[in-house]
Amino acid sequence: MSDLPALLETLRPQLLRYARLQLRNEAWAEDAVSETLLAALEKPEAFAGRAQPKTWLIGILKHKLVDQVRRHARECSITDEDGEDESLEDALFSASGHFREAPTDWGDPQAVCTQTQFLQVLDACVEKLPKQLGRVFLMREWLELETEEICKELSVTPTNLWVMLHRARLRLRECLQLNWFGLQPEAR
Amino acid sequence: MKLMITCRQAARLISAELDRELPWLERLALRGHLLICKACPTFRRQIRLMDQAMGRWRAYVDQGE
Repeated sequence: MSDLPALLETLRPQLLRYARLQLRNEAWAEDAVSETLLAALEKPEAFAGRAQPKTWLIGILKHKLVDQVRRHARECSITDEDGEDESLEDALFSASGHFREAPTDWGDPQAVCTQTQFLQVLDACVEKLPKQLGRVFLMREWLELETEEICKELSVTPTNLWVMLHRARLRLRECLQLNWFGLQPEAR
Repeated sequence: MKLMITCRQAARLISAELDRELPWLERLALRGHLLICKACPTFRRQIRLMDQAMGRWRAYVDQGE
């Protein structure tokens, strides 16, 4: 299959972008993508006749990303930067534990989630998550690892992991409120 | 865990529902809170919308152009 190298060339930037998003480290992302491309080049027969070569490549990339997390487990381990920080919840809730600002109605999920522009805003919000929260959140939401496995790879307790996933969601929610739901429809 | 919980605690449980099965006592506390609170049912719909949206995002990354 002679056009495999050309296809890889075209898809490489996308693979790199998502590898960075997951790993939050330039060098590791480069390694994961290189390993993905090498694996693909070794198996031209697996590529032949695929309707969705990108899906195939992303599938390989996800395995390589887990490998990278494993390889750099110590550097990925959770520090106080995100692990213990309660400031976000303190900002959202009053001392008595009530919402300072009542959450607003975001409308029909089906109607919202099918809009490409909304998905682009969501993508940007995921990118803005702090390093450790972003890594953990995408291990769960993109790599679709079970919580037990994430705990094992990152040496965190389940309680700590749940708190981090919660903080990631709170941040994402703030970002979406600010950049999508809080805007007038014509400003989106 | 006490049965009367705050929004801050309820919000944690609403998030946790997506990651683990809540034990009955937590489920009960959350249910009780959702009945008397105006803000938390809306918050829960937001969190669930985000969960659906991440599913879409995943499909967009994995299969989209």
